[in-house]
Amino acid sequence: MSSEMLKLFFDSFLETLLMVGLSGLIGALLGIPLGVTLNVTDAHGILPHPMFNRVLGLLVNAVRSTPFIILLVAVIPFTRLITGTSIGTAAAIVPLTIAAAPFVARLVESALREVDSGLIEAAQAMGATDAQIIRKVLLPEAFPGIVAGLTITLVSLVGFSAMAGAVGGGGLGDLGIRYGYQRFLPDVMAAVVLILIVFVQLVQSLGDRLVHRVSHRGQAAKPTP
Amino acid sequence: MITLKNVSKAFYSASASAVHAVRDVSLSVKQGEIFGVIGRSGAGKSTLIRLINLLTTPDAGEVIVDGRDLTRLDAPQLRAARREIGMIFQHFNLMSSRTVFDNVALPLELIGRPRDEIRAELDKLLALVGLTAEAGRYPQQLSGGQKQRVGIARALASQPKVLLSDEATSALDPETTRSILELLQRINQELGLTIVLITHQMQVVKQICDRVAVMDAGRIVESGDVLSVFRAPQSEVTRTLIGDVISLELPESVRQRVRRRIEDRNGNGHPDHLLHLLFIGDDVDRPLLSEAVKRFGIDFNILHGQIDEVQGQGFASLTLLANGSREALDGALTLLREHNVTVEEINHVL
Repeated sequence: MSSEMLKLFFDSFLETLLMVGLSGLIGALLGIPLGVTLNVTDAHGILPHPMFNRVLGLLVNAVRSTPFIILLVAVIPFTRLITGTSIGTAAAIVPLTIAAAPFVARLVESALREVDSGLIEAAQAMGATDAQIIRKVLLPEAFPGIVAGLTITLVSLVGFSAMAGAVGGGGLGDLGIRYGYQRFLPDVMAAVVLILIVFVQLVQSLGDRLVHRVSHRGQAAKPTP
Repeated sequence: MITLKNVSKAFYSASASAVHAVRDVSLSVKQGEIFGVIGRSGAGKSTLIRLINLLTTPDAGEVIVDGRDLTRLDAPQLRAARREIGMIFQHFNLMSSRTVFDNVALPLELIGRPRDEIRAELDKLLALVGLTAEAGRYPQQLSGGQKQRVGIARALASQPKVLLSDEATSALDPETTRSILELLQRINQELGLTIVLITHQMQVVKQICDRVAVMDAGRIVESGDVLSVFRAPQSEVTRTLIGDVISLELPESVRQRVRRRIEDRNGNGHPDHLLHLLFIGDDVDRPLLSEAVKRFGIDFNILHGQIDEVQGQGFASLTLLANGSREALDGALTLLREHNVTVEEINHVL
């Protein structure tokens, strides 16, 4: 393989890393509070607000059910507003983030739902405020679940980022399409897929290891009855 | 210390009709006592105990703890009031992400106490519950009894005046139950803490409660000091609950034999009488049964006997068949009753 090709691979990998990393980070920053809000405003949450919860849930579902390739194009005006351009890696980060946030929100919500309601009751009996319950009980107890959720998000974002080539986002997926598919270079395609497999595997096992490290519930993620 | 006045709570769900968990309950718990609320599951006791710290808001009635009606407090005042009321739970409700130390420290963290103060406080608490060596471990690594000890230490951290115990020993084996109850009793005596506990085990009431209220279908059907409730249970529920620890039931085969003997007149013209005798405390200091035999010429045939301890006092129950003339029997019963034996003719239970 030529050094030019190598550089191409390296740059594409960095682009993927950048897209996935940044959108994952911003997506988590938006998605975690969103997930907490979904959890606490639930009818069984600590700040029940069913009407608000339903509207928010609908919104989250709407974004999640929009196919990413459509979302990518649909948010172009918004992307331009934020990044000043609608093409390139930076521009791809905007739709990726928009896709990631509701995804994270739902995963965080379900991780929070796994927290034993008895713990919340115990905290309330201690005189904890709602903010304290979220900060000191819900989030720490759900932390392993949240980490697992973020791992899934990152893996999904790797897949989504491949589509970002449609707006000139670059990355490995884009490289595969342009060189591997359009220029009939099957070895490039194979290399791209291989790198992606290894990368995803790496993210997943790092995530798993982190979950294991932060979980003190023994091997099972579920609380023992 | 705690007064509930005509407190009611119903739960409504879309699918079923309303569940009246607590109906017009009034009770008062004195400073420094251990007050038990006993009932079968579904009797409303879990709701009742949650009404005391307003984890459940009553539909009607007053909840007065330490002179204040909690139902009239705003949110910050209620949080402050709750810090004076510790609570322990059947499933311990410990945070799996925190060590024993950090679990116990949580109530103090919530009120912003500095770390070094917390440490000093916790050294004492962990020693009190006997968990000094376990401070750095996670709940997952502890036994049930140890987890409940963590729960107790955590409940005591904010130096409450009242401790609520929600079936705290129901998930524990008998041996551990005993040691947890002993710990609660020690806390009650050493710290002067008022304890309200709910349970479905008469064993618990028998071992540590001063007074008890029996709940059934959302109401308190009877209450009083434990010994008198044991001595003369008023309701059927109470009798069955007491039956769990002091068996009053005869096995079916014995029962059939007894029934025949009562109907038969067994040869001498007098039917047998089935008696149930209760000897409590040191009240009985004479060999009354043999005295009755000698003075009235009646025969006793002992079917079942059991001795136990209630509130630190001996509590003996004896079921026997007595045979003799009516006059002789009445004489014997009077003699027993004069000497503080609770005697019941129970032919009718057969």
